[in-house]
Amino acid sequence: MNPFTYARAADVDDAVQLAAGSQAKYLGGGTNLVDLLRETLERPTALVDVTGLPSAIEERSDGSLLIGAAATNTAVAEHHSVRTRFPMLTRAISAGASAQIRNMATVGGNILQRTRCNYFYDHAGSRCNKRSPGQGCDAIEGANRNHAILGGSPSCVATHPSDMCVALVALGAVVHLQSTRGTRTLPLTDLHRLPETSPDQETFLKPGELITAVEIPALPFASDSTYRKVRDRASYAFALISVAAAIDVKDDIIQDVRLAFGGVAPKPWRAWNAEAALKGKPATLENFCVAAEAELSDASPLRDNGFKVALTNRTMVAVLDALVREKNGGSNP
Amino acid sequence: MPQTLSINGTDVPLPDDPRVSLLDLLRDHLQLAGVKKGCNQGACGACTVLLDGKERILSCMALAVQYEGRKVTSIEGLAANGTLHPLQQAFIDHDGFQCGYCTPGQICSSIGMVEELRRGVPSHVTDDLSAETIAFSREEIQERMSGNLCRCGAYNGIIAAISETHAKAVR
Ligand SMILES: Cc1cc2nc3c(=O)[nH]c(=O)nc-3n(C[C@H](O)[C@H](O)[C@H](O)COP(=O)(O)OP(=O)(O)OC[C@H]3O[C@@H](n4cnc5c(N)ncnc54)[C@H](O)[C@@H]3O)c2cc1C
Ligand code: SF4
Ligand code: FES
Ligand code: FES
Repeated sequence: MNPFTYARAADVDDAVQLAAGSQAKYLGGGTNLVDLLRETLERPTALVDVTGLPSAIEERSDGSLLIGAAATNTAVAEHHSVRTRFPMLTRAISAGASAQIRNMATVGGNILQRTRCNYFYDHAGSRCNKRSPGQGCDAIEGANRNHAILGGSPSCVATHPSDMCVALVALGAVVHLQSTRGTRTLPLTDLHRLPETSPDQETFLKPGELITAVEIPALPFASDSTYRKVRDRASYAFALISVAAAIDVKDDIIQDVRLAFGGVAPKPWRAWNAEAALKGKPATLENFCVAAEAELSDASPLRDNGFKVALTNRTMVAVLDALVREKNGGSNP
Repeated sequence: MPQTLSINGTDVPLPDDPRVSLLDLLRDHLQLAGVKKGCNQGACGACTVLLDGKERILSCMALAVQYEGRKVTSIEGLAANGTLHPLQQAFIDHDGFQCGYCTPGQICSSIGMVEELRRGVPSHVTDDLSAETIAFSREEIQERMSGNLCRCGAYNGIIAAISETHAKAVR
């Protein structure tokens, strides 16, 4: 680890001031950043601890939920309104990491956690455009079973590892930001950048911008939503692929639907094409398959991860089928 | 006044260097070698300690300076007046270990787990998210303890020890 100074921010204004004008990094639970500091993949000169900033989960009169960025993953997952109104979010968080890590990890840090690509971590032995721009990417021709099938580029095919973010993009979450230049909001779907030719640029955040809160707009039909994660072992493993889903069916016709995928792309992947293919259609298995195809026909599988295309397709269809059956009391649509 | 954190009831000064992890503070600076360094990257649970006596965290991923003013309990702080914590005794009674390397983390973690169950925190295997209380089952213990690996594979004894202690506590 390179040396750095440490300061605990008293409030949001203090945090953005402390981080201004230096090579500072905000510190949440540290469950990703401490690793990156040890590996010298991050070399800040100052850490600004933001775990003391607002962490309340507030239910607002318009039905939205405002979650302070310092809320721990456990606090969000166990919150009554999250469990009952947005269960896909509780499901996604509790499918990630371990209880100890969820107790430490914050909402802000979870959103900005970095990829688990092994070549990114392997300084000594591998080339990586994200770590050393212009060097090349050893994953593209290498062991890429865990890498992206959607949204990658010839520069980088790393995936974003978060489970929580997959549910948040499906729910249309909006991120609240603050810097010394003021405040703004950004839909979470627009926060992460695709790699294109500069995979070292991972977000559209401006220098020193702090995530202060995440807002989940009211979405009544999300009360039956879910999240399904497929992984190599039953617990404590990153996703091979995952699906967050909510569907609103009336008289067998799909009124509205939300779908997002994890483990398949450099960002939490909102399945806009699949959603568009489903709206207004009868809720049948055939239509679920057509919609999955609409999202995945652009997929560019690599040497080792072709299985992800079929697995994402089947999982999306199965999750929608299960949600519709559950609402119909077990009967086939 | 020096800044401190409390370790097993004793105030100790924060390290001067903010790079020192809570794990290294415990083991290398305070010679509390019960807490173990398995992976030093969040993947094994051997370094689990308790915050405020009940919240389980990984000391390897924690910078010690972040925990100023907090109460940290390691395995050394669990026995009271020479009497083992009920979970420590249950691990012995049920052979919940073989080499013992993962055990301090397993025991701290299971204390944290029982507190989470009491609070009704749902897990990946909890069916009904709207339920206020969680049904205690082998499946729930397995899922909730998945952050603590045991290379010796003493899992059956560990689950038996936790189940018995829990059963006694609710009786
Ligand atoms: C063994 C292991 C297994 C894991 N498995 C999973 C898994 O299955 N699924 C999953 O989703 N995750 C998994 N994780 C990752 C874990 O969820 C993240 O490490 C965690 O969410 C990061 O949160 P944090 O608060 O600790 O972030 P930190 O490590 O503190 O910070 C991460 C990044 O966010 C920045 N940051 C933090 N807060 C803010 C803020 N408010 N504003 C701006 N920037 C900020 C930091 O500067 C840093 O760049 C795993 C981690 C480990 C170690
Ligand atoms: S996939 Fe991305 S992160 Fe992995 S080696 Fe290639 S450039 Fe680096
Ligand atoms: S040493 Fe901390 S999790 Fe392995
Ligand atoms: S008892 Fe040996 S690692 Fe668990």
